[in-house]
Amino acid sequence: MNHELSAAFSAAMLGEYGNGFATTLYLVVVCSLVSYLIGVPLGVILCVSDQNGIHPNAPLNRILGTVVNIFRSIPFAILLVVALPFTKLLIGTKVGNNAFLVPLTLSAAPFIARMVESSLKEVDRGVIEATQSMGSSNWQIITKVLIPEAKPSLLVGAAISVTTILGYTPLATLVGGGGLGAIAVQYGLYRFQNDIMYTSSILLVILVQILQEAGMKLAGSVDKRAK
Amino acid sequence: MSEREIVRIENMSKVYHGAAGKVVALKDINISVREGEIFGIIGLSGAGKSTLVRCVNYLEKPTSGRVVVNGSDLSALSNRELLKARQKIGMIFQEFNLLNQRNALGNVCYPMEIAGVPRPAARTRAAELLDMVGLADRAKAYPAQLSGGQKQRVAIARALATSPKVLLCDEATSALDPTTTQSILELLQDINRRLGVTILVVTHEMRVIEQICQRVAVIDQSHIVEMGDVKEIFVHPQSAIAKRLIFPQGQTPAGAPGGKTLRIVFDGLSAFEPVISDMVLECHVTVNILYANTRAVDGKAVGQMVISLPGDEISVDRIRAYLDERKIYYKEEPFHES
Repeated sequence: MNHELSAAFSAAMLGEYGNGFATTLYLVVVCSLVSYLIGVPLGVILCVSDQNGIHPNAPLNRILGTVVNIFRSIPFAILLVVALPFTKLLIGTKVGNNAFLVPLTLSAAPFIARMVESSLKEVDRGVIEATQSMGSSNWQIITKVLIPEAKPSLLVGAAISVTTILGYTPLATLVGGGGLGAIAVQYGLYRFQNDIMYTSSILLVILVQILQEAGMKLAGSVDKRAK
Repeated sequence: MSEREIVRIENMSKVYHGAAGKVVALKDINISVREGEIFGIIGLSGAGKSTLVRCVNYLEKPTSGRVVVNGSDLSALSNRELLKARQKIGMIFQEFNLLNQRNALGNVCYPMEIAGVPRPAARTRAAELLDMVGLADRAKAYPAQLSGGQKQRVAIARALATSPKVLLCDEATSALDPTTTQSILELLQDINRRLGVTILVVTHEMRVIEQICQRVAVIDQSHIVEMGDVKEIFVHPQSAIAKRLIFPQGQTPAGAPGGKTLRIVFDGLSAFEPVISDMVLECHVTVNILYANTRAVDGKAVGQMVISLPGDEISVDRIRAYLDERKIYYKEEPFHES
């Protein structure tokens, strides 16, 4: 036990946690950015093309909605495998952190699209109508009304999305990726070094708490409705 | 008020095709609003008045007919031209519809941003408009920090930012208490007089119409049942719905069952008190005032009063003669038990 404890906090292990932490952050940040780049336009289109949206388009809405639902319904571990040929095509390899980012993003982007859609749909119909009555174009409504008015809700959605992405990072280990989650899986699951598993898991939990809290705080501080 | 027409609605109809089939929201609407007037549209909820006002800025596209605002036929405009035309048609709403994440100044700046007014100029004008509506000191307040009346004032300032020729008011005072309603109505009247903005008011409240409108259209079940000077309609309502709006249910007179009542209409030419008291003195009768609803309309006192008639025909004849002589409009009606 003593030997194991010292192993969990040995200089080598501390270095591993540090690397793992950095890798986890890398996975989360890159995946979140790319997922938002894809998810925000998708979410906007889903909201705008809805039958109650500012530019209803039933066929587009249905097709996009179906695609998003398909990706959302595939279990992530399965998507990870199914996407392998695509991953290889896109970044030239099936293993490593960058290879893991492809299925992670494929899974996160549709999730974010739905989060964004639901946030934008919270914007009061009357407010949109008022801005229409002033001669706003649909593009102006999206950029000057929908997104700014939904900002607090979008930030709450971002906090949830980022922590959800974080929750998927341990599976990086399946394709030879790293991160705190991978350390927990490798040491805990394969080597029965529970102390290392717990340590890295706790670090992961702390990271989730920080991101979640920061997101909610930010959302609260930008919201002008409740002051 | 000039005779120039600023809004013309011609044979307009609006039909919705919903899950429940065809729903006719508006049928054969013809309205001509003169530049500088305050025109009212009154009806019960569901009558189609909100759809009607939305057809004036094409938030709702009519199924047939024409809407001409400030000389341009809205149906003939391209999408881009329509957006431009809307900048000259202001609108305020029952629920104010302010941007919650912008402060009062930012809200008033919004339509100017859309119209491409440079930011410094927009901010200066927004500050002036907030001053005009009496909210100079609340420029930095967010909607959540404002009362209902203040929100509607911001909405009015916002609607006027691009100097519209027409201001549409969709139940603008219906979410406000009576005192606040009063102050908003006064503000609208002031704007109409000072800036010459034509105002189109949609409401279900007769007091809004009587207080600020010169002309009114009464809408019921998708079509206009009556239209004319507010005073005229107030004094001689023709349609059942106009009567119902002028004398809301629950305010019908109570009296002796079986007796007759007399409805006396004041058309703003004679004062109330002397008519009744003189009648009592001259005809040697005692009357019971069952109901009175008299008020100032556009500077003149109008309204109605219901009195119970004495039992003997001689007294009734004297009353008739007295009223006829003074050209006071009246109507005998049997008492309805409510």
